[in-house]
Amino acid sequence: MSEIVKTVSRIFAPLIIVFGIYITLHGHLTPGGGFAGGIVIAGAIILLVLAFGGIKERLERERKTTSRLESSGILLFWLVGSLGLLIGGIFFLNFLGKGIPFTIFSAGIIPICNIAIAAEVGGAISTILLALVLFKKEEE
Amino acid sequence: MVEIYLLSILMILGAILAIWVHNLIAAVISMGIVGFGLALSFMFLGAPDLAIVQIVVETMSLVILIAAIIKTTEVDSPDERRLSRVSIYIGSAAFFIVFLLISVKVFRFLPVFGSPTLRMASDYITSGFDKTGAPNLVAAVILNLRGFDTLGEATVLFTAVIGLVVVLRKIGRKK
Repeated sequence: MSEIVKTVSRIFAPLIIVFGIYITLHGHLTPGGGFAGGIVIAGAIILLVLAFGGIKERLERERKTTSRLESSGILLFWLVGSLGLLIGGIFFLNFLGKGIPFTIFSAGIIPICNIAIAAEVGGAISTILLALVLFKKEEE
Repeated sequence: MVEIYLLSILMILGAILAIWVHNLIAAVISMGIVGFGLALSFMFLGAPDLAIVQIVVETMSLVILIAAIIKTTEVDSPDERRLSRVSIYIGSAAFFIVFLLISVKVFRFLPVFGSPTLRMASDYITSGFDKTGAPNLVAAVILNLRGFDTLGEATVLFTAVIGLVVVLRKIGRKK
Protein backbone atom coordinates (compact mmCIF):
# COMPACT_ATOMS: atom_id res chain seq x y z
CA MET A 1 0.00 0.00 0.00
CA SER A 2 1.05 3.64 -0.36
CA GLU A 3 2.85 5.72 2.25
CA ILE A 4 -0.33 7.63 3.19
CA VAL A 5 -2.22 4.46 4.04
CA LYS A 6 0.72 3.13 6.05
CA THR A 7 1.10 6.34 8.07
CA VAL A 8 -2.61 6.68 8.79
CA SER A 9 -2.97 3.05 9.87
CA ARG A 10 0.19 3.32 12.02
CA ILE A 11 -1.44 6.23 13.88
CA PHE A 12 -4.95 4.82 14.11
CA ALA A 13 -4.44 1.10 14.82
CA PRO A 14 -3.31 1.58 18.47
CA LEU A 15 -6.28 3.89 19.09
CA ILE A 16 -8.66 1.30 17.63
CA ILE A 17 -7.15 -1.41 19.85
CA VAL A 18 -7.52 0.80 22.95
CA PHE A 19 -11.15 1.50 22.01
CA GLY A 20 -11.77 -2.26 21.65
CA ILE A 21 -10.28 -2.90 25.09
CA TYR A 22 -12.47 -0.10 26.53
CA ILE A 23 -15.61 -1.60 25.00
CA THR A 24 -14.68 -5.01 26.38
CA LEU A 25 -13.87 -3.89 29.92
CA HIS A 26 -16.96 -1.67 30.20
CA GLY A 27 -19.20 -4.34 28.66
CA HIS A 28 -21.32 -4.73 31.77
CA LEU A 29 -21.79 -0.95 32.20
CA THR A 30 -22.26 0.56 28.72
CA PRO A 31 -23.46 -0.80 25.36
CA GLY A 32 -20.94 -3.16 23.87
CA GLY A 33 -19.36 -6.21 25.39
CA GLY A 34 -16.99 -8.99 24.51
CA PHE A 35 -18.31 -9.60 21.02
CA ALA A 36 -18.11 -5.97 19.89
CA GLY A 37 -14.75 -5.38 21.57
CA GLY A 38 -13.16 -8.48 20.08
CA ILE A 39 -14.38 -7.60 16.60
CA VAL A 40 -13.03 -4.03 16.91
CA ILE A 41 -9.60 -5.40 17.94
CA ALA A 42 -9.67 -7.85 15.03
CA GLY A 43 -10.52 -4.91 12.75
CA ALA A 44 -7.32 -3.14 13.85
CA ILE A 45 -5.29 -6.29 13.12
CA ILE A 46 -6.92 -6.61 9.69
CA LEU A 47 -6.11 -2.94 8.98
CA LEU A 48 -2.44 -3.52 9.86
CA VAL A 49 -2.19 -6.70 7.74
CA LEU A 50 -3.85 -5.03 4.74
CA ALA A 51 -1.68 -1.91 5.01
CA PHE A 52 1.73 -3.44 5.69
CA GLY A 53 1.52 -7.02 4.43
CA GLY A 54 4.59 -8.93 5.55
CA ILE A 55 6.74 -11.92 4.73
CA LYS A 56 5.29 -15.42 4.93
CA GLU A 57 7.19 -16.62 8.01
CA ARG A 58 6.16 -13.60 10.06
CA LEU A 59 2.48 -13.98 9.10
CA GLU A 60 2.73 -17.68 9.98
CA ARG A 61 3.97 -16.74 13.45
CA GLU A 62 1.16 -14.20 13.84
CA ARG A 63 -1.40 -16.82 12.86
CA LYS A 64 -0.09 -19.18 15.52
CA THR A 65 -0.39 -16.40 18.13
CA THR A 66 -3.97 -15.49 17.19
CA SER A 67 -4.89 -19.17 17.10
CA ARG A 68 -3.56 -19.60 20.64
CA LEU A 69 -5.42 -16.46 21.75
CA GLU A 70 -8.66 -17.86 20.38
CA SER A 71 -8.21 -21.25 22.05
CA SER A 72 -7.30 -19.71 25.41
CA GLY A 73 -10.37 -17.44 25.19
CA ILE A 74 -12.82 -20.29 24.80
CA LEU A 75 -10.92 -22.31 27.44
CA LEU A 76 -11.22 -19.43 29.95
CA PHE A 77 -14.95 -19.09 29.23
CA TRP A 78 -15.50 -22.80 29.74
CA LEU A 79 -13.40 -22.71 32.92
CA VAL A 80 -15.47 -19.89 34.43
CA GLY A 81 -18.66 -21.83 33.74
CA SER A 82 -17.28 -25.03 35.24
CA LEU A 83 -16.01 -23.22 38.35
CA GLY A 84 -19.61 -22.23 39.03
CA LEU A 85 -20.54 -25.90 38.68
CA LEU A 86 -17.78 -26.93 41.12
CA ILE A 87 -18.46 -24.23 43.72
CA GLY A 88 -22.22 -23.89 43.73
CA GLY A 89 -23.52 -26.81 41.71
CA ILE A 90 -24.96 -24.66 38.87
CA PHE A 91 -23.30 -24.16 35.50
CA PHE A 92 -22.48 -20.41 35.02
CA LEU A 93 -23.27 -19.59 38.64
CA ASN A 94 -22.27 -16.02 39.54
CA PHE A 95 -19.91 -17.10 42.32
CA LEU A 96 -17.89 -13.86 42.68
CA GLY A 97 -20.50 -11.62 44.30
CA LYS A 98 -22.08 -8.54 42.80
CA GLY A 99 -19.89 -5.79 44.27
CA ILE A 100 -20.86 -2.13 44.08
CA PRO A 101 -23.05 -1.45 41.00
CA PHE A 102 -21.85 0.98 38.28
CA THR A 103 -18.15 0.37 39.07
CA ILE A 104 -15.78 -1.57 36.87
CA PHE A 105 -15.18 -4.36 39.40
CA SER A 106 -18.79 -5.43 39.79
CA ALA A 107 -21.32 -7.93 38.48
CA GLY A 108 -19.28 -10.99 39.42
CA ILE A 109 -18.18 -13.19 36.53
CA ILE A 110 -19.58 -10.97 33.75
CA PRO A 111 -16.35 -8.92 33.16
CA ILE A 112 -14.26 -12.13 33.10
CA CYS A 113 -16.65 -13.67 30.59
CA ASN A 114 -16.45 -10.48 28.51
CA ILE A 115 -12.65 -10.71 28.38
CA ALA A 116 -12.84 -14.40 27.42
CA ILE A 117 -15.36 -13.69 24.63
CA ALA A 118 -13.25 -10.79 23.34
CA ALA A 119 -10.14 -13.00 23.14
CA GLU A 120 -12.15 -15.73 21.41
CA VAL A 121 -13.84 -13.49 18.83
CA GLY A 122 -10.81 -11.30 18.11
CA GLY A 123 -8.56 -14.33 17.75
CA ALA A 124 -11.07 -16.12 15.53
CA ILE A 125 -11.60 -13.26 13.07
CA SER A 126 -7.85 -12.49 12.82
CA THR A 127 -7.10 -16.20 12.34
CA ILE A 128 -9.58 -16.37 9.46
CA LEU A 129 -7.98 -13.37 7.71
CA LEU A 130 -4.40 -14.56 8.29
CA ALA A 131 -5.23 -18.09 7.07
CA LEU A 132 -6.70 -16.64 3.86
CA VAL A 133 -3.68 -14.35 3.32
CA LEU A 134 -1.25 -17.23 3.91
CA PHE A 135 -3.22 -19.46 1.51
CA LYS A 136 -2.86 -16.78 -1.18
CA LYS A 137 0.87 -16.37 -0.49
CA GLU A 138 1.48 -20.13 -0.71
CA GLU A 139 -0.35 -20.38 -4.02
CA GLU A 140 1.96 -17.87 -5.65
CA MET B 1 -41.95 3.16 12.81
CA VAL B 2 -41.80 4.96 9.45
CA GLU B 3 -37.97 4.85 9.49
CA ILE B 4 -37.99 1.07 9.93
CA TYR B 5 -40.33 0.58 6.95
CA LEU B 6 -38.30 2.96 4.74
CA LEU B 7 -35.05 1.18 5.71
CA SER B 8 -36.64 -2.21 5.01
CA ILE B 9 -37.68 -1.09 1.51
CA LEU B 10 -34.15 0.27 0.90
CA MET B 11 -32.60 -3.02 2.07
CA ILE B 12 -34.87 -5.11 -0.16
CA LEU B 13 -33.98 -2.88 -3.15
CA GLY B 14 -30.28 -3.27 -2.33
CA ALA B 15 -30.58 -7.05 -2.17
CA ILE B 16 -32.41 -7.16 -5.53
CA LEU B 17 -29.75 -4.90 -7.05
CA ALA B 18 -26.97 -7.18 -5.73
CA ILE B 19 -28.46 -10.12 -7.62
CA TRP B 20 -29.27 -8.12 -10.72
CA VAL B 21 -26.03 -6.28 -11.61
CA HIS B 22 -23.25 -8.02 -13.53
CA ASN B 23 -20.30 -6.05 -12.13
CA LEU B 24 -19.24 -7.88 -8.98
CA ILE B 25 -17.91 -4.80 -7.16
CA ALA B 26 -21.29 -3.12 -7.66
CA ALA B 27 -22.93 -6.26 -6.26
CA VAL B 28 -20.72 -6.20 -3.15
CA ILE B 29 -21.48 -2.51 -2.55
CA SER B 30 -25.20 -3.25 -2.90
CA MET B 31 -24.79 -5.88 -0.20
CA GLY B 32 -23.24 -3.09 1.88
CA ILE B 33 -26.55 -1.18 1.56
CA VAL B 34 -28.27 -4.16 3.19
CA GLY B 35 -25.75 -4.40 6.03
CA PHE B 36 -25.57 -0.72 6.91
CA GLY B 37 -29.38 -0.43 6.60
CA LEU B 38 -29.60 -3.26 9.12
CA ALA B 39 -27.21 -1.41 11.47
CA LEU B 40 -29.36 1.74 11.20
CA SER B 41 -32.51 -0.27 11.94
CA PHE B 42 -30.84 -1.64 15.06
CA MET B 43 -30.12 1.93 16.14
CA PHE B 44 -33.73 2.99 15.56
CA LEU B 45 -34.99 -0.06 17.49
CA GLY B 46 -32.77 0.85 20.46
CA ALA B 47 -30.07 -1.86 20.27
CA PRO B 48 -26.69 -0.07 20.19
CA ASP B 49 -24.83 -3.29 21.16
CA LEU B 50 -25.93 -5.00 17.96
CA ALA B 51 -25.40 -1.84 15.89
CA ILE B 52 -21.69 -1.64 16.89
CA VAL B 53 -21.12 -5.29 15.95
CA GLN B 54 -23.08 -4.97 12.70
CA ILE B 55 -21.20 -1.86 11.52
CA VAL B 56 -17.75 -3.34 12.21
CA VAL B 57 -18.58 -6.75 10.69
CA GLU B 58 -20.13 -5.16 7.61
CA THR B 59 -17.11 -2.90 7.01
CA MET B 60 -14.66 -5.79 7.42
CA SER B 61 -16.59 -8.14 5.15
CA LEU B 62 -16.86 -5.39 2.50
CA VAL B 63 -13.09 -4.82 2.63
CA ILE B 64 -12.29 -8.54 2.43
CA LEU B 65 -14.79 -9.19 -0.39
CA ILE B 66 -13.52 -6.23 -2.44
CA ALA B 67 -9.91 -7.38 -1.90
CA ALA B 68 -10.90 -10.86 -3.08
CA ILE B 69 -12.75 -9.53 -6.15
CA ILE B 70 -9.96 -7.20 -7.32
CA LYS B 71 -7.52 -10.12 -7.40
CA THR B 72 -9.83 -12.36 -9.43
CA THR B 73 -12.46 -11.26 -11.92
CA GLU B 74 -14.74 -8.27 -11.92
CA VAL B 75 -17.58 -9.39 -14.16
CA ASP B 76 -20.07 -12.11 -13.40
CA SER B 77 -19.84 -14.98 -15.86
CA PRO B 78 -23.08 -15.40 -17.85
CA ASP B 79 -24.94 -18.50 -16.74
CA GLU B 80 -26.23 -20.96 -19.29
CA ARG B 81 -29.96 -20.77 -19.78
CA ARG B 82 -31.66 -24.14 -19.70
CA LEU B 83 -35.16 -22.78 -19.06
CA SER B 84 -36.81 -20.13 -21.17
CA ARG B 85 -37.49 -16.69 -19.70
CA VAL B 86 -41.29 -17.12 -19.67
CA SER B 87 -41.22 -20.28 -17.58
CA ILE B 88 -38.91 -18.60 -15.02
CA TYR B 89 -41.34 -15.68 -14.69
CA ILE B 90 -44.37 -17.99 -14.39
CA GLY B 91 -42.61 -20.09 -11.73
CA SER B 92 -41.60 -17.04 -9.68
CA ALA B 93 -45.12 -15.61 -9.88
CA ALA B 94 -46.63 -18.92 -8.76
CA PHE B 95 -44.24 -19.15 -5.81
CA PHE B 96 -44.97 -15.56 -4.83
CA ILE B 97 -48.76 -16.08 -4.92
CA VAL B 98 -48.57 -19.27 -2.82
CA PHE B 99 -46.25 -17.56 -0.32
CA LEU B 100 -48.60 -14.56 -0.09
CA LEU B 101 -51.66 -16.75 0.53
CA ILE B 102 -49.89 -18.73 3.27
CA SER B 103 -48.52 -15.60 4.93
CA VAL B 104 -51.97 -13.95 4.98
CA LYS B 105 -53.19 -17.01 6.88
CA VAL B 106 -50.21 -17.21 9.25
CA PHE B 107 -49.32 -13.59 10.06
CA ARG B 108 -52.68 -12.96 11.76
CA PHE B 109 -51.56 -15.13 14.66
CA LEU B 110 -48.29 -13.28 15.27
CA PRO B 111 -48.15 -11.04 18.36
CA VAL B 112 -48.09 -7.25 17.91
CA PHE B 113 -44.66 -5.73 17.26
CA GLY B 114 -42.88 -4.94 20.53
CA SER B 115 -44.96 -7.18 22.80
CA PRO B 116 -43.27 -10.57 23.19
CA THR B 117 -45.29 -13.60 24.23
CA LEU B 118 -42.54 -15.07 26.43
CA ARG B 119 -43.23 -14.39 30.11
CA MET B 120 -39.60 -15.24 30.95
CA ALA B 121 -38.35 -12.21 28.98
CA SER B 122 -40.32 -9.72 31.06
CA ASP B 123 -38.96 -11.39 34.19
CA TYR B 124 -35.41 -10.83 32.90
CA ILE B 125 -36.14 -7.15 32.28
CA THR B 126 -37.69 -6.48 35.68
CA SER B 127 -35.29 -8.45 37.90
CA GLY B 128 -32.12 -8.75 35.77
CA PHE B 129 -30.27 -5.92 37.51
CA ASP B 130 -31.08 -7.21 40.99
CA LYS B 131 -30.02 -10.75 40.13
CA THR B 132 -26.70 -9.98 38.41
CA GLY B 133 -25.69 -6.43 39.40
CA ALA B 134 -24.85 -5.44 35.83
CA PRO B 135 -26.43 -2.17 34.59
CA ASN B 136 -26.14 -3.28 30.95
CA LEU B 137 -29.08 -5.66 30.73
CA VAL B 138 -27.86 -7.26 27.50
CA ALA B 139 -24.60 -8.35 29.16
CA ALA B 140 -26.58 -9.61 32.15
CA VAL B 141 -28.75 -11.79 29.94
CA ILE B 142 -26.15 -13.17 27.52
CA LEU B 143 -23.38 -13.81 30.04
CA ASN B 144 -25.17 -14.70 33.26
CA LEU B 145 -28.81 -15.63 32.86
CA ARG B 146 -28.25 -17.29 29.47
CA GLY B 147 -24.53 -18.06 29.68
CA PHE B 148 -24.97 -21.52 28.22
CA ASP B 149 -26.28 -20.05 24.93
CA THR B 150 -23.21 -17.83 24.63
CA LEU B 151 -20.92 -20.81 25.26
CA GLY B 152 -22.60 -22.62 22.35
CA GLU B 153 -22.23 -19.53 20.16
CA ALA B 154 -18.50 -19.26 20.94
CA THR B 155 -18.12 -22.97 20.20
CA VAL B 156 -19.73 -22.48 16.78
CA LEU B 157 -17.19 -19.74 15.94
CA PHE B 158 -14.31 -21.89 17.23
CA THR B 159 -15.45 -24.85 15.11
CA ALA B 160 -15.78 -22.66 12.02
CA VAL B 161 -12.20 -21.41 12.43
CA ILE B 162 -10.90 -24.97 12.93
CA GLY B 163 -12.69 -26.04 9.73
CA LEU B 164 -11.23 -23.12 7.77
CA VAL B 165 -7.68 -23.74 8.98
CA VAL B 166 -7.98 -27.47 8.20
CA VAL B 167 -9.30 -26.81 4.70
CA LEU B 168 -6.59 -24.23 3.91
CA ARG B 169 -3.59 -26.01 5.47
CA LYS B 170 -0.55 -26.97 3.45
CA ILE B 171 -0.24 -30.65 4.44
CA GLY B 172 -2.26 -32.95 2.23
CA ARG B 173 -3.09 -30.38 -0.43
CA LYS B 174 -2.94 -31.94 -3.88
CA LYS B 175 -0.79 -30.29 -6.51
